[in-house]
Amino acid sequence: MDGILLGVLFALVAYGMALQWGVMNIINIAQGELVIMGGYIAYFMYTAGIPPAFGVIVSPIIMYFIGWSLYKTIINRVVERDMFISILATFGISILTQQLMNFVFGADVVVAQSNFGTTMLFDYSVTLPNAKIFSALVSIVFAVALVLYMKKSKLGRAIRATSQNQRAAKILGVDTEKVYAATFGINAALCGVAGSLIAITFTLHPYIGLPYTVRSFMIVIIAGLGNLPAVALSGIGLGVFEEFADYILGTEFRIAAVFLLLVVILVYRRFKLSRKREYLK
Amino acid sequence: MSKKNIIIYSLILVFGLGAPFLFPAYKLQISILWILTILALTWDIQGGQMGYNSFGNILFFGVGMYVCSSVQIGMFFPLSEWTASGGEKTFLHTTSQYFQGFTYGLIFAGIVPAIVAALIGYGILGLRGHYFAICTLGIGIAAGEIAGGIELIGAGQGMTVPPWPKGIGGTELRSQFFYYLCFLTVCVTFFVIRLIYQTRFGLVINAIRDNEDKAEAMGIHTMRYKIIGWVVSAFFLGIAGGLMGNMIGYIEPTEIAFAGSTYGVFMVLMAILGGKGTLWGPVIGAAVFHVFKEGFWTFFLGWQYVALGALIIVIVIFFPEGILGWFREKYPENFGEVVDEVDRTAQVELT
Repeated sequence: MDGILLGVLFALVAYGMALQWGVMNIINIAQGELVIMGGYIAYFMYTAGIPPAFGVIVSPIIMYFIGWSLYKTIINRVVERDMFISILATFGISILTQQLMNFVFGADVVVAQSNFGTTMLFDYSVTLPNAKIFSALVSIVFAVALVLYMKKSKLGRAIRATSQNQRAAKILGVDTEKVYAATFGINAALCGVAGSLIAITFTLHPYIGLPYTVRSFMIVIIAGLGNLPAVALSGIGLGVFEEFADYILGTEFRIAAVFLLLVVILVYRRFKLSRKREYLK
Repeated sequence: MSKKNIIIYSLILVFGLGAPFLFPAYKLQISILWILTILALTWDIQGGQMGYNSFGNILFFGVGMYVCSSVQIGMFFPLSEWTASGGEKTFLHTTSQYFQGFTYGLIFAGIVPAIVAALIGYGILGLRGHYFAICTLGIGIAAGEIAGGIELIGAGQGMTVPPWPKGIGGTELRSQFFYYLCFLTVCVTFFVIRLIYQTRFGLVINAIRDNEDKAEAMGIHTMRYKIIGWVVSAFFLGIAGGLMGNMIGYIEPTEIAFAGSTYGVFMVLMAILGGKGTLWGPVIGAAVFHVFKEGFWTFFLGWQYVALGALIIVIVIFFPEGILGWFREKYPENFGEVVDEVDRTAQVELT
């Protein structure tokens, strides 16, 4: 049950990654750091005395602007280049933000108490912290809102047009530069939501960003770009897998299990494709 | 070999041999420079020449480090008791035991990572582009996490390597010994890599970089060459790891052995900074980067990783071609002299 609730969170982050991968053709290694940064915004509110649950509203707004300014300063210089360049550049951002967060918030593990209490299910055989249910619900709400936004609004249509064909969209009068900036901002905002949810349900630490990046990358390569039901499903699958790995192998191998699963999935897909003499591209 | 080349080589040789006497205070730093050069050179086999940008070559470095010290200890003492005793040093190697163990350790430190590379190579080298990059990143980090969970090699606390034997001189001799060993290894690595770039092998991996499908259509078993390239990298990386572990004297899974966020990134950066896809690029890049890095570590203490992150971004955005790439654009006529002959003749043929 924990795994499912966790998986919904992963799916939210992964959807942001799929969005920018599809639209801008960038893999953002700093994705996990954006998540943690969003979490620290919620934590900061908690230390200031505001209930951290409001971080769900505040942190995406702040993160949108952080993402937007990141795009304007760094990402717009690498977006047209080779993908490896963008991977390395975002890796640089990742190291930078990790350390900055380390300085600002300290290297300790922190958690924002939400005081939501717990729910008992099935005659006390399953205990569920309300915070986790809350976070799963909020993730679903945000995901649905995002899908509707992408379908209906003008900017959403512009983003989808750019992801289908960047040049054609440009010719037809879409300001792709603006679309890119907005995409990166929306992605950062999604990370902000996920981060603030993580802050109330799990723990925060400046250096745990990279596993979130890898998880969302994994979900995206399983589910494909922009296929929301598949993203949600594989997110939940990953969450359940992690709980089992935690239980069977022990907590110290949890991160290793995530990374190894990534390798196994990639190699499996490679062998499956190589039968048809194709490869992952 | 042209006259200019001979001058360059002999200058480096004189510097390499004389450095411990000229700059005795920086002996350890220069030894680390040689190790970094090995890392950059071996990374460039994949990243520059073959077009496979690996973030996980640090795996072999760490494996070599652990294998070397495990062999050194395990040959004479029970390994589990050694790691359990931690820094207590209840077991002492005699002089002959130390050098015997060290020799075998280094041999195994080369061979085991090479075998690992051959085993995982078939699966992983079939991936391309960013999938390969992310997959190797995952492997490197997973290895560190796994090593941190195995009790036999000290788990998260790490393990100590055998101390320098007491009988034959103090720390001065020790640092000189490791310095010359590092220098020897970097020379061997450089010339082996130079040699393989001059053969058909070098041309094949360049063909893989330029267009793998076409290379395959020409009848080249690309997978075989890719694996061989990775095995060569892994062999030298493993030896470098074994040396590094002994030089530092202490092995820790995620910060020293499988240090994805330091050495794992450094090797990519050095190769890119110097100019990837050239023989001399990684060497120059390593030297420049090491000076920069030490400057950061001294002047921005505490902020060094922030500076490092900023440096990565600046290098990637403004110097994606590297120092040698910049020179190549600026002075194409001089450039043939700086790189090796193969590159020059290839360039002449192209134009």
